[in-house]
Amino acid sequence: MPRWGMVIDLDKCTGCQSCSAVCRAENSVPFAGPEQAALGRAIFWQEVLEREVLGHYPFLETQFLPRLCMHCDNPPCVKVCPVGATFRNEEGVVLMDYDRCIGCRLCATACPYGVRYFNWSVPQFPAPLVQALNPDVPLRPKGVVEKCTFCIHRLEAAKASAAEEGRELSDAEVVLLTACNQACPASARYFGDLDDPESTVSRLARSPRAFLFLEELGTEPRVYYLKGE
Amino acid sequence: MTAQDEETLLLAPLTRTSRRFVLFMGLLLAVVVGGALAYLRQLIDGLVVTGMNRPVYWGVYIVNFVFFIGLAHSGTFISAILRLVGADWRKPLARAAEAITVFSIPFGAASILIDLGRVDRTLNVFFYGRFMSPLIWDVVSVGLYLFSSVVFFYLSLLPDIARCRDRLTDVPRWQHQMYRVLALGWQDHPERYRRLEKVLGGMAVFMAMLVVIVHTVVSWVFGMTLQPGWHTAILGPFFLVGAIFSGSGAVVVAMAVLRRAFHLEEVLTLKHFNYMRKLLIGFTLVWLYFMVAEYLTTFYGQEVEEMLVFWEKFTGTYAIPFWAMFTLCFAVPLVIFLTKGKRSIGWMVAAGLSINVGMWLERYLVIVPTLTRPRLLSELAMGTYTPTWVEWAVTAACFAGLLFLYALFTRFFPIIPIWERSEEVEAYLHEAEE
Repeated sequence: MPRWGMVIDLDKCTGCQSCSAVCRAENSVPFAGPEQAALGRAIFWQEVLEREVLGHYPFLETQFLPRLCMHCDNPPCVKVCPVGATFRNEEGVVLMDYDRCIGCRLCATACPYGVRYFNWSVPQFPAPLVQALNPDVPLRPKGVVEKCTFCIHRLEAAKASAAEEGRELSDAEVVLLTACNQACPASARYFGDLDDPESTVSRLARSPRAFLFLEELGTEPRVYYLKGE
Repeated sequence: MTAQDEETLLLAPLTRTSRRFVLFMGLLLAVVVGGALAYLRQLIDGLVVTGMNRPVYWGVYIVNFVFFIGLAHSGTFISAILRLVGADWRKPLARAAEAITVFSIPFGAASILIDLGRVDRTLNVFFYGRFMSPLIWDVVSVGLYLFSSVVFFYLSLLPDIARCRDRLTDVPRWQHQMYRVLALGWQDHPERYRRLEKVLGGMAVFMAMLVVIVHTVVSWVFGMTLQPGWHTAILGPFFLVGAIFSGSGAVVVAMAVLRRAFHLEEVLTLKHFNYMRKLLIGFTLVWLYFMVAEYLTTFYGQEVEEMLVFWEKFTGTYAIPFWAMFTLCFAVPLVIFLTKGKRSIGWMVAAGLSINVGMWLERYLVIVPTLTRPRLLSELAMGTYTPTWVEWAVTAACFAGLLFLYALFTRFFPIIPIWERSEEVEAYLHEAEE
């Protein structure tokens, strides 16, 4: 049984936001519009956080931290959900059942990473984007929580085609499987099976440069970061 | 005043409707309708009509939830805990307090439903409920609390409903019919009174336990998460103390209003207010003790994330409500209780109101500042929250609804227990003991 995880190399990340942009398109993330976004109602399954800026122009350095759902092994959100609408599947992916969620937002307050978003109103898409919605991803109704799924639809499709051809899913096939990884121009992101000692992600996760976000909270995130040298 | 006079006095409000009463009820109903319309708007458009956002996922609705459940603790404290310790002075105010419990729990529960993004899926809580979630603990404990409060309240009302049935023969037919049905065929008989006392005494033990459990569990919705300012063991006991504190303050206000409205000067005397005053002095000091224990621990530890929330309250965005809360919950009531409150019911009412405004603010200050200062503050957007008119309209409707139900109850049922004050019944019980 694979245990999916991701590694993001902060040394390679240029903060270009391609991952965030492509994620919206891939997962049909609704548009809040500038007004609602200013009020804190925008949804970003994947967001590039700007950490501190060091030094002064022209000698300055900014650290970017692409942040998606950490798909924790010990997820605080799953613990508190009253109806089991959010759960961790057997391959370690934390998912949402949009049809079951009652919209209490306890998971959103419990997540220390702030990766859980609520649909404050009926999801809206500007005119041309309505035609570009991804048919593989279910649209979310008003009043439920949503979040990154590790592109579970792509994963399922890849597994199905591998099964059809009667072979195992290879590391090379999945390393850029998620939309964010595929779109990263700096090749800073890797996806794969953390339980396979030969996989790219498990090799990188063992690197001395690897760290986990808010590791001290004991959530056991499955997104590793490689810090800048 | 003879027992006969007293009974006439206590049953008097049940036989007539004054114009002022109708006007008052109409006003309350208008506020409730206004809130219902605001809620309808929210149902159609979604929670976008509120001031909530990311990361301030909870606002005034959750504050109301905690506040109403806290208010409910008044009744159980007075009717159950004081019953257990044998404080007989509670008798005339027990029902007035218990009515606050019975009518405020539904608004606490409703506040949670109002806050849900998908209220149409509420039943999922029963279909798919997971006991690992603190919210399910709430559903169970608040549900049980409502159920047992209603049973406890109804049982202690039975002999008085029977009295209404027997004495109030010239009320409208439907009203008399209501008493007939609700009295469940109760007849005065020593054995019945003995059994009733036994049941109420037994239930009081259970209710006292519920008081402790319910408000602790309410706090755990926050305390069980890892958020700065919430993840502390003191939250449970502090919520409990605050609940009994605000509930007792509300009882004082209710007592004074009932006394004035129904001419109960000889039933609810200064003596009763003084008992409450002494209790409240204790609660005020316990409240301060918890405040100091909580904030000193946080301050001394100097954890970065905790301190962000701490300073937000002490000197930051929430400094004005924070110090207002401190003044209203501690300084104002304590000064009143130690000076003017001894002899003046008016001042006692002022203290009771002050405590309740302060406690509402306290609930707000527990919930909102923590959400505006999440752990990843430097990375995430800083949170702000301003409640909208929809939230205020719904809040007003909840308070008006509580007053409406309470007033409606006093119109049809005696708000002062008659049987518990009757010497005849006293004699029965005494006889039974021998």
